[in-house]
Amino acid sequence: MKKARVAYDGIIHEASEASDGRLQLDDGRYVASDEVVWLPPVIPGTIFALGLNYADHASELAFQAPKEPLVFLKGPNTLIGHNSSTRRPGDVSYMHYECELAVVIGKSGKDIAKEEAYDYVAGYSVANDYAFRDYLENYYRPNLRVKNRDGCTPLGPWLVDASDVADPMNLAITTYVNGVKTQEGNTRDMIFTIADLISYLSSFLTLQAGDLILTGTPHGTVDTAVGDEVVTEIEGIGRLKNTVSGDEAYGRETTSTTKATIER
Amino acid sequence: MVQVKVKGQQQMLSGMLHEEGITIHGETKTLQELEVEAPLVNTIYGVALNYKGVLAALGEAMHEAPYKAPPKAPVLYIKPRNTINSHRCPIEMPASVTELEMGATLGVIIGKRATHVPQQEALHYVAGYTIVNDVSIPHDSVYRPAVAQKARDGFCAIGPWMVEAAALPNVEDVTIAVSINGERRMETNTSQLVRSIPALIADITEFMTLEAGDLLLVGIPENAPRAVVGDAVCIDIAGIGSLENHIVPQKIGGDAR
Repeated sequence: MKKARVAYDGIIHEASEASDGRLQLDDGRYVASDEVVWLPPVIPGTIFALGLNYADHASELAFQAPKEPLVFLKGPNTLIGHNSSTRRPGDVSYMHYECELAVVIGKSGKDIAKEEAYDYVAGYSVANDYAFRDYLENYYRPNLRVKNRDGCTPLGPWLVDASDVADPMNLAITTYVNGVKTQEGNTRDMIFTIADLISYLSSFLTLQAGDLILTGTPHGTVDTAVGDEVVTEIEGIGRLKNTVSGDEAYGRETTSTTKATIER
Repeated sequence: MVQVKVKGQQQMLSGMLHEEGITIHGETKTLQELEVEAPLVNTIYGVALNYKGVLAALGEAMHEAPYKAPPKAPVLYIKPRNTINSHRCPIEMPASVTELEMGATLGVIIGKRATHVPQQEALHYVAGYTIVNDVSIPHDSVYRPAVAQKARDGFCAIGPWMVEAAALPNVEDVTIAVSINGERRMETNTSQLVRSIPALIADITEFMTLEAGDLLLVGIPENAPRAVVGDAVCIDIAGIGSLENHIVPQKIGGDAR
């Protein structure tokens, strides 16, 4: 089953995909997918994300593939739903999308064996883990100024039940910018597989229901501009749309004062 | 006034500290009797490299690979929810190591949603302050996120309570001290921060929102003491209180907390 969280008619609903493509709300109503505000399909616990988890993307960024997973954490302020917009600050010269398979943990576990890892998966979603390369610094890289900005991680549209995904390690990954295909890959090319990641993380911490693992992105990340429509799609999981917006809508200008504060 | 998460209560309760102990809802308990849990918090953000002495210790290395330049923006990390630990509770020593770094720090609890806050208004967004032991497996490099070193279960002891902001007006000049088995091992002062608390809030909320209930750890000083199994660790912050924990061996076969 495909489940969503949406706002409709003044309140937040759980919803599921109906056979005719519409959404069925938890109160029984059927609504068209463009009549609702899509929210991230899960209220996140801890958000784990992976850097350099596809060999081709790792080489694109001129790094050697890591020997152990490059894990970083993200706050809940980063998540926004399908059809939303993400701000590109005016002083940024390179903001790229990252289409990633998001794994949603279903139950608590520690020291999980690889063979049992999928028992701990509730389902899957699509994440677009934007990065703002101008802000990269070599301290706890990728630093939070690059990866933890408000609304920089669209998630959705759906949470797809794990039981409906026969082989999560063989799903096509595609990104389109303004309708033009710019990124193509497949989850089979992950350096550390879903089972590896669950086993690795749970070897030193307790994974809990609602935790998210964003499993990294393949080759093909390019700069985006204000006004671009970015669609990140994973086969069988969903097609997640986001629009890049500028500072004006947020009443933000990159003034010399802000710059001075940042560079101090 | 303090806000206390008393064991067994769903919400934090207001309390008054005095010489006999603490009075909550008219009932007085000694601090020995009081059973507390970590104050209720949302996302926990730590700030690395925010003590002058820590930057000084890095020195020329900041200009060399892999760092190449001194940090510009605040260097943040997240302590995930599995790390939350309480006053007087054990901290487990992972089987792979023999020492843990005791990261004594002031915790700033945000009181209302803070986005793009100017420095001069920043303290209006603070609900209060607490004591945190931001535990790490000792590591020298700050190049990659230290998730395996800093995000283990129980590696963020918080408490014993939150002192309301108004009760700590001199927060930019408070002494933080660490004792292990009763012996003073480290002392520092928030005046030694690279970015003051208002500067941190301004520079962080320039690029991300801090929510009500988020906890900001202002930094770990240089020469953070290390503890071994059996040690009793006490962090004192003047005007807040004392946070006590003890180090125990990791439970065999892991621990599903």
